[in-house]
Amino acid sequence: MKKSDITQHVLVPNHTKLSEQKKADVLKKYNISVYQLPQILKSDPAIARLNPKPGDVIKIVRKSQTAGKHVFYRVVVSA
Amino acid sequence: MTKERDYETRLPEKLAKEIRRILPSSASKKKISEIAGEVYREYKDMKVEPGEAVGIVAAESIGEPGTQMTLNTFHFAGVTEMNVTLGLPRIIEILDGRRLITTPTMEIYLKKEYNDKEKVRGVALSIKEAHLSEVTSEFSINIPEAKIEVKLDRGKMGELKISESVLLKALKRVGKTISVDIKDDLLIFKIKKGKEEKGISEVYRIKEKLKATHISGVKGIPHVLPVKKEREYIILTAGSNLKKVLELKEVDATRAVTNDIFEIESTLGIEAARQAIINEVFKVIENQGLNIDIRHIMLVADTMCVNGRVKGITRYGVVRDKASTLARASFETPINHIFDASLKGEVDNLNSVIENVMLNQPVPIGTGLPGLVTKVRDA
Repeated sequence: MKKSDITQHVLVPNHTKLSEQKKADVLKKYNISVYQLPQILKSDPAIARLNPKPGDVIKIVRKSQTAGKHVFYRVVVSA
Repeated sequence: MTKERDYETRLPEKLAKEIRRILPSSASKKKISEIAGEVYREYKDMKVEPGEAVGIVAAESIGEPGTQMTLNTFHFAGVTEMNVTLGLPRIIEILDGRRLITTPTMEIYLKKEYNDKEKVRGVALSIKEAHLSEVTSEFSINIPEAKIEVKLDRGKMGELKISESVLLKALKRVGKTISVDIKDDLLIFKIKKGKEEKGISEVYRIKEKLKATHISGVKGIPHVLPVKKEREYIILTAGSNLKKVLELKEVDATRAVTNDIFEIESTLGIEAARQAIINEVFKVIENQGLNIDIRHIMLVADTMCVNGRVKGITRYGVVRDKASTLARASFETPINHIFDASLKGEVDNLNSVIENVMLNQPVPIGTGLPGLVTKVRDA
């Protein structure tokens, strides 16, 4: 049986890994250190194809009922 | 020009779209920019202010209408009964982050080519989990020869589209000590004699094991119900197994959902789980005819998912992760928390609300949040 591509599922928003430069920009914008961000597990199925390492920042573009589109960041942590 | 673009990027997508939609296409760029600017000012005024106690507001906003919720759950009396926990018990179940929910159920959407009454029925039956006892009619035991004879129900097998080869393959997995043979309508299981003599109880044990052997369908889904929803046929199930259902070729893998938050977390990730919490709680609230702003529910869902794992609003979940000992002690089992903290030599920096309430100090909320910094000139 073919493994289904879960990133296409309606409940799964778009996850992308930020480059080091972009990561620094985000942290500067919110004036925080990386571990003050909400977390996402390294083993999370939605980011499996991004090859994440602890400390990476994942940009998540959610579809929001109130704002239409909402950008959210999570830091990768090991389980 | 640049200004208009500026506002459009700074406004939430929904508002920007709304402006575009409402204004006539003849509106000049200058006018649009002016209006967008006005909307942006209004939007900024409506934003939650720093220091606002959003958690308390959310708790009150969910709690008060919650008192009016009917406690009893609905029952659909019908041919195939589908009882789904609703109302307050369901809300508690979700927010507590219970791993075992009382009524797991799925909503399975199918691909376009299967959107037809007959095909949906076929797919539904192929999803339904079938055990050996469901495709057979009689079990008889022959104790002296250590044999179990089972009569097959051909009609049932045809209905569930189970062939002999599928059946045999499934039964071969049961164990090495049993050999399977098929003769007309009889399945014959022989128990191979091991070193020690197998007693009657052993034969009975094997019989029970055989009865519960999984033959076809998706494990964990004992009931299916094809229904028409708007213009589409979908399958409702009792029981849930998202991972396996998404792998089926008939299923639209982008839309099949379950009400089991933890199953969503493990198959689709934490972000999907967050959205599922919001959807599930909102569904109950809507169903009860209550009016709670979705933002409060979003806040709760966010809190439950910050650590990358779904955590309930309980002393084992989000409360345990609080940095402050006093804050933890203020919520259930205070003595344990204080004992543990003193053994570990924990320090409480009194950064949050509840610990300052306990010590009768100003709390860092609203006007209590900002500190005053001044330069003191040397005298």
